[in-house]
Amino acid sequence: MNGWGIIQGLGVTLKHFLKTYLEDIRKGKGRYFTEEGVRERSASSVTGVFTVQYPEEKLILPEEFRYLPFLVYDELPDQERKIRCTSCGICAKVCPPQCIWIKRAIDPDTGRPKPTPAEFYIDVDICMNCGFCAEYCPFDAIKMDHDYEIASFDRKAEHVYSMEKLLKSASYYEEIRPKNFAREEAARLEKEAKTS
Amino acid sequence: MSVEKPVVSLADLCSRYEGLLVPDERQGFEGYLISPDHLISFCRSLRDDVGYDYLSSVTGVDNFPAEQMEVVYHFYRTTGGPSFNLKLQVSRHNPVVPSLVPLYPGADFQEREAWDLLGIRFEGHPDLRRIMMWEGFEGFPLRKDWREPFFEDEAKPFKSRWPDGQVIRSEDQNPYKNNVRYPNDFDPEQWTPVGDDALYKGMLNLSQNIQSEFKTDQIVVNLGPQHPSTHGVFRMVVVLEGETVLSLKPVMGYLHRNHEKIGERNTFLQNMPFTDRLDYISSMSNNFGYALAVEKLMGIRPPERAEYIRVMMAELTRFLNHIFSIGFLLNDLGAFFTPALYAIEERELILDVFEAVSGSRMMCNYFRFGGVARDLPDGVLEKIKELVNDRLPRKLEEFERYLTKNDLVRIRCEGVGVLSPEEAIALSAAGPILRASGVPYDVRRADPYSIYDRFDFDVAYGLHGDIYDRYLVRVEEMRQSLRILKQVVRDIPEGPIMSGKPQYQARVPPGEAYGRVEGPKGELGFYVVSNGKPNPWRYHVRAPSFINLTSLATMAKNQKIADVVAILGSIDIVLGEVDR
Amino acid sequence: MMDEDRLSREEFSIPVELQRQVAIATLDKIYNWSRRNSLWPMMFGLACCAIEMIGAAAGRYDFSRFGTEVMRPSPRQADVMIVSGTVTKKMIPTIVRLYNQMGEPKYVIAMGACASGGGPFKEGYNVVPGVDRFVPVDVYIPGCPPTPQALLYGLIALQKKIDTESIKTARWYKKEPSVPIPIPVLGPDLIDPRDLSAIKERSQKKSQEEPEAATGDEEGIVHVS
Repeated sequence: MNGWGIIQGLGVTLKHFLKTYLEDIRKGKGRYFTEEGVRERSASSVTGVFTVQYPEEKLILPEEFRYLPFLVYDELPDQERKIRCTSCGICAKVCPPQCIWIKRAIDPDTGRPKPTPAEFYIDVDICMNCGFCAEYCPFDAIKMDHDYEIASFDRKAEHVYSMEKLLKSASYYEEIRPKNFAREEAARLEKEAKTS
Repeated sequence: MSVEKPVVSLADLCSRYEGLLVPDERQGFEGYLISPDHLISFCRSLRDDVGYDYLSSVTGVDNFPAEQMEVVYHFYRTTGGPSFNLKLQVSRHNPVVPSLVPLYPGADFQEREAWDLLGIRFEGHPDLRRIMMWEGFEGFPLRKDWREPFFEDEAKPFKSRWPDGQVIRSEDQNPYKNNVRYPNDFDPEQWTPVGDDALYKGMLNLSQNIQSEFKTDQIVVNLGPQHPSTHGVFRMVVVLEGETVLSLKPVMGYLHRNHEKIGERNTFLQNMPFTDRLDYISSMSNNFGYALAVEKLMGIRPPERAEYIRVMMAELTRFLNHIFSIGFLLNDLGAFFTPALYAIEERELILDVFEAVSGSRMMCNYFRFGGVARDLPDGVLEKIKELVNDRLPRKLEEFERYLTKNDLVRIRCEGVGVLSPEEAIALSAAGPILRASGVPYDVRRADPYSIYDRFDFDVAYGLHGDIYDRYLVRVEEMRQSLRILKQVVRDIPEGPIMSGKPQYQARVPPGEAYGRVEGPKGELGFYVVSNGKPNPWRYHVRAPSFINLTSLATMAKNQKIADVVAILGSIDIVLGEVDR
Repeated sequence: MMDEDRLSREEFSIPVELQRQVAIATLDKIYNWSRRNSLWPMMFGLACCAIEMIGAAAGRYDFSRFGTEVMRPSPRQADVMIVSGTVTKKMIPTIVRLYNQMGEPKYVIAMGACASGGGPFKEGYNVVPGVDRFVPVDVYIPGCPPTPQALLYGLIALQKKIDTESIKTARWYKKEPSVPIPIPVLGPDLIDPRDLSAIKERSQKKSQEEPEAATGDEEGIVHVS
């Protein structure tokens, strides 16, 4: 009693307070606004200032980070885009809040369905970012994006993402998820080698 | 707690009720059926003679189109062991069941919930009002023939999504262009809201019986639903005399998100990300409980490595939940934000691990039936090792130096909000609340699941049942979690993380299962009934935060109003789980 | 710290020795600048997103860097309401009341899918499909839940929006008093007082039709905004 516990507790806060300055002095300038500095301040050994100065610096996202889904297209040599989606509908079926709408393309000549989507919508005001669509897509056609800077002023106009807004290139996918991309490419090449 | 030898065995009791107690012989079901007339006398013997003193969960089931409602009870012994399941079947037209509140006061809120959502009337319940919805709401939403305004189809996946999906907002399909439906011939101008008269009336009647030496006025104070200390949209109605609490009633439902109704439309797998949003601070534990329940039905077990990963995630979750809750308990005591800031720093580091493993900080959605979603990415195990072996023990020690002996914390917490062991058991309290009252009941020990029987750890428990003991129990549990984690990271084997191929359509045979885990807040149970279809027929969550609130009134009685906030903080509720 | 780049107008040159102390700007700019940097949010959490909001307030993301650190439990002292989570029918009367009690200028951020449009719980019977049905929303942040950084991005978006405002057109300097939003009533289902006649008309029409009127295109229904 006699307040000794309080004094001990205050000692802890004082130590925290001093460390914020001592660490900055010790580590010097590279501690802020560099990727290394951010990495260091989010490591488990961090002491001192813990704040990431968003938007000047951003936390380094892990590869598996998921936000909203996007559709992947492969870039063909002559500026053409090959949409990977075959409109099999698994993502729409597995989606827990049912926020995906797919319209399968119809071949105008035969009237039969074509393995590509004519329209593809995701209502991001329903999407729960669970990642099931990406996880169960057998064609690696839908993936989870890393982009979280998507606040808007008008949801009715902007929050139902159409296919045009959802499509992103495979090279973008490779950029945000290099390891997954490499693994899937290897599996695809292996499969192709087997079938040919 | 009394650990006297049961007077009769369960078999004796069952044979005494022969003919009245019928084994449930539906395929995949277990337990006994009893008629409503004998429920009370049987349960009295069950509690007093056989020692099943803990009523874990009360679930209503609508067996539509059969003209039948069912109430399922899960009883446990606080000395450990498996459950005893008891079921009642009553007519669907006028479902009346005797209330178990006189025997097991912990049934209070759960029976109110079954009344609110399914319309099962519990005769003898002292305060049978709606609990999630408001008085005056039309219909019983969990009944199978009740359809929500945005009803689209009986079960997911909805057919309108593929192959000819035209995006239509549900609002545009509803005649009122909104998420509402009204009875025929409804005239809104004639409607007078029912309001909270019944609630206040019951409380004031109660308090008038109390004699006081001084003539003081009794006043009713509403704390919440928007109040900085109620941890979300929770409301407490308090009758005060001076500063002393005469009676207290929790009012909830402000975050009732229809988890169970949506859950019964979902496929089994689709429920997994929804469980994240129950107790949104500890999503991994929720995943764990649900995965266990469905795996029980499917009869599968995850491979070794997946079991280790699961335990690792569950214990990390326990650590982050407890440190977060202690931080906010201190907030409630008036230590504005500094302890919480320190706590959140550790939490963020653990969330980094979750983000790397599962992709999301809070809504992990990481468990699958028969394993986990993906293996640990490179470098994550090393990070967990650093945390478990170095950072977290160090910080926990610092936290203790900071708070445990702090005189102000002790003055505010010691002897406040006391719950005796008998009361704790009777009120079906769970988790740190139950253990702080001196009942060393931990599902990981009492009824081991997954691979918890392999690890060395102690069950933390308190002696006084006050706020301070709850704090100490949480600190000790964090220490024990670290102890388990150290064993996990040491022993984790290589190997597959999924038994069988990942499937988006789980095949679940008909039957029922009750999967329970020791979540950070207490016993988290999932009662799942399957009828062989892709969607669960009944999906019920035994939410520890919800049932722990039953004991709030007992703890707060005759305390000062300022302490009520601290008592609520010590229960550690999360509204997503309370209201579901 | 004064942000000269944003505040000073380029037409006027300021002597070098005064550049850190003096700025020449329009009244609008100063007015907006001071408001955008002292947005006090209401301490008001609804659901999962509230935990991320706390995360954004805590050490790692620290939104006090934007002048938003003073979380006020009272709506009277708050400038911005961050609707952080699922808005239920039982809660919406309280939310509307809180919004009405906020003093102008006031802003609303719908944080997360639920607050914006109902989110994954939209199909539920107790869920309001978007808080903008009752209170005007300035910024929507998609995500379930938005990470703290996404919330900060939303806050910056709100600041940008404030930058475009002008004293001349500000609604809180208009002569006519602002009309409070009518508070919804909890009836057999949620009743929006603005829709009374539409509800009456529709429910009486429904009782004439037999027995369960199918949903779909109905004619003669007043469109509810």
